[in-house]
Amino acid sequence: MNRYPLWLNILIAVLLLGGLLFALPNFFGESPAVQVSSAKPTLKVDEAVLRSAEDALKKSNIAYDEAFLEPTGIKIRFKDTDTQLKAKDVLQRDLGESYVVALNLLSNSPRWLAALGAKPMYLGLDLRGGVHFLLQVDMKGAVTKYLDSTGAGIRTTLRGEEEARSSGISREGSTVVIRFREAANRDKAQQIIERAYPDVQFVREERGGEYLMVGSLKPDAQKRIQEFAIQQNLTTLRNRVNELGVAEPIVQQAGADRIVVQLPGVQDTARAKEILGRTATLEVRMVDEEHRDLQSLQSALAGQVPFGDELLYEREGQPLLLKKQVVLTGDSIADAQPGFDNQTGEPAVHITLDGKGARIFQQVTRENVGKRMAMVLIEKGKAEVVTAPVIRQEIGGGRVQISGRMTTTEARDVALLLRAGALAAPMDIVEERTVGPSLGADNIRKGFHAVWVGFSLIAAFMIVYYVVFGVVSVLSLAINLLLLVALLSMLQATLTLPGIAAIALTLGMAIDANVLINERIREELRNGTTPQAAIKEGYSRAWATILDSNITSLCAGVALFLLGSGPVRGFAVVHCLGILTSMFSAVAVSRSIVNLVFGARRKLEGLPIGNVDWHKRMAKPA
Amino acid sequence: MEFFRIKKDIPFMRHALVFNVISAITFILAVFFLATRGLHLGVEFTGGMVMELRFAHAVDLDKMRLTLTRIGLPDATVQTFGTSESALVRLPARQDLSGSELSEKVFSALKQDDPAAERLRVEFVGSQVGKELVDNGALALMLVSALIVLYLWLRFEWKFGVAAIIANLHDVVIILGFFAFFQWEFSLPVLAAVLAVLGYSVNESVVVFDRIRENFRKLRKATVPQIINNAITRTMSRTIITHGCTQLMVTSILLFGGDTLFYFALALTIGILFGIYSSVLVASPIVMWLGVSREDLVKPEKPKQEAVV
Repeated sequence: MNRYPLWLNILIAVLLLGGLLFALPNFFGESPAVQVSSAKPTLKVDEAVLRSAEDALKKSNIAYDEAFLEPTGIKIRFKDTDTQLKAKDVLQRDLGESYVVALNLLSNSPRWLAALGAKPMYLGLDLRGGVHFLLQVDMKGAVTKYLDSTGAGIRTTLRGEEEARSSGISREGSTVVIRFREAANRDKAQQIIERAYPDVQFVREERGGEYLMVGSLKPDAQKRIQEFAIQQNLTTLRNRVNELGVAEPIVQQAGADRIVVQLPGVQDTARAKEILGRTATLEVRMVDEEHRDLQSLQSALAGQVPFGDELLYEREGQPLLLKKQVVLTGDSIADAQPGFDNQTGEPAVHITLDGKGARIFQQVTRENVGKRMAMVLIEKGKAEVVTAPVIRQEIGGGRVQISGRMTTTEARDVALLLRAGALAAPMDIVEERTVGPSLGADNIRKGFHAVWVGFSLIAAFMIVYYVVFGVVSVLSLAINLLLLVALLSMLQATLTLPGIAAIALTLGMAIDANVLINERIREELRNGTTPQAAIKEGYSRAWATILDSNITSLCAGVALFLLGSGPVRGFAVVHCLGILTSMFSAVAVSRSIVNLVFGARRKLEGLPIGNVDWHKRMAKPA
Repeated sequence: MEFFRIKKDIPFMRHALVFNVISAITFILAVFFLATRGLHLGVEFTGGMVMELRFAHAVDLDKMRLTLTRIGLPDATVQTFGTSESALVRLPARQDLSGSELSEKVFSALKQDDPAAERLRVEFVGSQVGKELVDNGALALMLVSALIVLYLWLRFEWKFGVAAIIANLHDVVIILGFFAFFQWEFSLPVLAAVLAVLGYSVNESVVVFDRIRENFRKLRKATVPQIINNAITRTMSRTIITHGCTQLMVTSILLFGGDTLFYFALALTIGILFGIYSSVLVASPIVMWLGVSREDLVKPEKPKQEAVV
């Protein structure tokens, strides 16, 4: 008697049902859609935006299938790509530049499936088309930049100190060198500087009659600065990618000093590269206080901008007349952090300027108390006033605080914008992969064609060779494929072309377990074992071998995953998952089918497993 | 249907020396070609750029070469790819131009010649990244080998681990030898295939080893060669059928998977063919010569045996 206990059968049935459920979205296909998301961190996409988007489409007589709000933004589904393209233009025009309108593909699977979290497999760039960049962040550049501003800061710090007068400060390689004529000056300076710059390690040196302090970054500070540089570059890149209107961009750190940018569906690589490589600048300028009145503003809006002024807009959309003369540029900003005002407790942004910037800032604020000063971010050739606070008093020491009319979120965003306006360290593209959409579709077609043909051939052979047991093997192989697809959809692991190859290879290798079992059962039958016992022995004896051989394959898969990159990693993921699902389906599932078919039959003469001629063997064992 | 009705064990071990000499010769040839010709590494490893282009009509390779020479890129290699309308342009990495500048330069020049040119795929890899990939590939190979030896050592005995890894690393070298001899492009998917072969053909050895261990327990009076002969003969049917099935799938990839997967499937094909041979007919004699004995596997203090194939 071969029977699985009821709970085991139920468990297998539940797993298969779950597999079917999660594999299901892959069969529905995708339809063209448009995705609307916010271009600014402060702006939220909500019901109101959804309504205005729907109104815009209705006004232009563009038919859409469905429009709904998701945490990532609004998604609107269309019948065909022509309507999709038309709708994109209409939406971009009507919603304005505060929103990113991107083309996307949406799964056609019913809502209840999506609600269960069942999504189709996530296709890699080689299958859906798009651009992949690997950017190398110049870490040395980040450190050099920091040391430059430290040197400038030290100069400012020492300026007021007569007893610590230095004869020169310069950066030499990755060190800051401060020169003194007298040893006493150096002693005094060292006391001051070491307290003010805890990140820098100073060593005394004497060179050509001069007394030197040679400062280099402490290892932990260096590490912190480099991590900071990566983070800042990531933030900047995300902001820029947003503007490209890509539906599901990926911007993430890869290793210690690299950043991966993936832009599915983007074809215009030249534009993508230009936008990613662009440097944004920040400028500090004065508000033209003589032309603050409504009348000047209105005439400026009408096109009559006063001489030496420029009409810019605040982030909320209010126009403002600024002087063209630039007080400071973003290069002078060493750091910007969100925080709170010491006195009022209001949310604020704390900005640290470098030495030169601090000096200029002090002078300008002294001369302009009571007037407004504007922080202008210039990106994509367009200037925008981030904030325009009133100067309350002279500000020295390079520590600036912007507060008033801000929420904590806004403070955080402003700090981020100020910091992220420019890149913390230069970046180079060290790897680029572009795949056209037609090639991607071609890859999918070819990949699945290969899987399908291979599967059919194996199925035909197995059924001819092992008869009913062959059918069971093919069934369990099909279930293996189903579970693998379900698992890949569930984990949303990226499916690449080598990934499809891995699916094919996994199926080709998974059949091994079934062959082992079937051969073992045949052998047991030849040795004269009864059919029921042969099934039992066949499965239990084959199991140890199946386990051993799959574990060695798994070793290879894991190593590939750990050390592989890009497409190879996609191969490794599928390979490893496939080994796991194949062990389950070849042993548990096929056994449960065999049990259901043969398990309950008390009088079983033989097994339909192909020709075994076990009667002859019984008479004369080999 | 049944392919194998073998009444008597085939005396494989009598010819063990012949098998090993054959495989030693192939191995030496592979090493020779690797040393003299070297691998034709893809851009992933060497650094450089590959661009796949499609035109409206058949490609004029000479004209493309001329154009590329004119814009100062005489070291570009141009060939047709897949169809006569598609072309593949390869360029080594350069100091003066970044990858993106290089690809723009090439494409704009070719587009001037033929406005219908369409850019299907561009891959650019910096030489630093390429070097890392080579290092990681070698590291992966060593890691896989170490893990497999360790597992077989724990599960069987160190002699089996050593024998399996010698037999299977020699498969890897032979695959590489083929790629060196024919100067096929060695790309990342091919590396994946090589490592998959390593894991896969160890399976083969494991199945035979399992049988050897079982035979040591069951056939108390048999000599070591007899035991190994019996194990190989008994598993032969399964070996041929399994590999036949895997090869059906791999052939299907080879024929229908497109150009990107062609060399991947080719590496697998060579790996499967040599894998059968080496993991059965090379690994087992090595185990024998390493002096495997009943005592290695059948521990007297553990009378209760687990069931194995």
